[in-house]
Amino acid sequence: MISRRTLGLVIYLIFVLLPIYWLLNMSFKTNEEILGQITFWPTNFTFDNYITIFTDATWYMGYVNSITYVAMNLVITLLVALPAAYAFSRYKFVGDKHLFFWLLSNRMAPPAVFLLPFFQLYSSVGLFDTHLAVALAHCLFTVPLAVWILEGFMSGVPREIDETAYIDGYSFGHFFIKIFIPMISSGIGVTAFFTFMFSWVELLLARTLTSVDAKPISAIMTRTVGATGIDWGVLAAAGVLTILPGILVVWFVRNHVAKGFALGRV
Amino acid sequence: MNKVPNNKAWWLVLPMFLLVAFSAIIPLMTVVNYSLQDIFDQNTAYFVGVEWYQEVLRDTRLHDSLLRQFGFSFSVLAIEIPLGIAVALMMPTRGWQASAVLILLALPLLIPWNVVGTIWQVFARGDIGLFGWTLNNLGVDYNYTSNPLDAWLTVLLMDVWHWTSLVALLCYSGLRAIPDAYYQAAKIDRASRWAVFRYIQLPRLRNVLVIGVLLRFMDSFMIYTEPFVLTGGGPGNSTTFLSQTLTQMAIGQFDIGPAAAFSLVYFLIVMLVSWLFFTTITHMDKSDSGSKYDQ
Repeated sequence: MISRRTLGLVIYLIFVLLPIYWLLNMSFKTNEEILGQITFWPTNFTFDNYITIFTDATWYMGYVNSITYVAMNLVITLLVALPAAYAFSRYKFVGDKHLFFWLLSNRMAPPAVFLLPFFQLYSSVGLFDTHLAVALAHCLFTVPLAVWILEGFMSGVPREIDETAYIDGYSFGHFFIKIFIPMISSGIGVTAFFTFMFSWVELLLARTLTSVDAKPISAIMTRTVGATGIDWGVLAAAGVLTILPGILVVWFVRNHVAKGFALGRV
Repeated sequence: MNKVPNNKAWWLVLPMFLLVAFSAIIPLMTVVNYSLQDIFDQNTAYFVGVEWYQEVLRDTRLHDSLLRQFGFSFSVLAIEIPLGIAVALMMPTRGWQASAVLILLALPLLIPWNVVGTIWQVFARGDIGLFGWTLNNLGVDYNYTSNPLDAWLTVLLMDVWHWTSLVALLCYSGLRAIPDAYYQAAKIDRASRWAVFRYIQLPRLRNVLVIGVLLRFMDSFMIYTEPFVLTGGGPGNSTTFLSQTLTQMAIGQFDIGPAAAFSLVYFLIVMLVSWLFFTTITHMDKSDSGSKYDQ
């Protein structure tokens, strides 16, 4: 029984890893070898594709841009979502349920069809082609998600703790920063992970709102299609480099990620 | 948890509200505005009322695309939900293996969506891709760039690869929350493996499955980037889903009015289906844990 389960899992993991293995394999090959024949391991092992990316500013600035707007988005999201999630988990107020539903409904808006209005809105306030524009636009789906996850984690903290702190003479701000935030630090970690993830994988809005200065790496990747055909090796190397930050981040939250995927609700 | 009525809590919510409203309400109102007008250029626009709505509801191209979209979303759910549950049941529960499997499963979720498209574009090609090459060498006539069925199946397989992990991780966390006492009781009763699954694990997975089905429905229904990169919607229209049809209308042909009108219909369909599903599920068994959602 155990071995059958393990076997099933191994087969599924192979299915998950095969396309990634193929990308990694290609990124170490020369274009001649990629187009020449199928080889399961690079015969002429080369770092040229990676060197191309790291020595060309138009390439590596794409990563810098992506990381900049993801980081800005993360900071903005946490700053506004923390107090909001606290309010949702602790208080009843006029319109709270409607507000919560409205927040979640933003996730149901098909992004492809709101591109044009987004473009016009951010152009008209002079934010077009800035990192801030992408960071703000991504807040549309990261903030509701963050509020949802944080609310789940915060509801797990008994409110007696808040009351005790107030009786002990803590002000709200003092209590929130000194006591409450450390208590839900794993929840904040998970929220940060999800915020990072959804901002990092999104391309449509990021590409629409930028042209040169803040262009994300995933949009720059289309550059590999040149007059002489597609530069497969560089494309593969660029793809591999977009996977790395995700692996790094998931490593830090690996112990909480399962709970986070259930939005802190199990 | 008992909540204290306190309207001052609005001050805590206000920054979040303003931020999201800026990005949500203004574009939405712009779309509503477009959908009611015939726009020639910046300064010339006529109010046309519900004319665009009548037009798009009769548009056969949109009907086809909507049908394809429903077919795709239901196939996605029919494969990913059972497969995700199965993978979650097979996952190790502790030790380094558990962390390792978690990280490997999370991998596809962390890849930018157009890179997912690129990975499969390369992987499925007959000449330079492992998958297409293997199939062709096994004698299967497979070519996703010319055969509509192959293209559709490739997009489906890509989505399964991309998103089954989400369902699996959701279910995994649901399974971890079941107390050991339940399993011990089942052992005493000599319950079969199937009985344990049917009467203990599945009911306890309900909450996470609701989240999983909702997320998968919404995201698969709005799929754009991955098929756009992989197949560009073709061959023919076989993998042109709703978002892409709309983008073609709005940006390709500058039919902004009809595109805006259909965007709102699209938005309403997503909301309606999600709401119907959610209400049916929570009403089906109110005495159980449905109350968990009445915050």
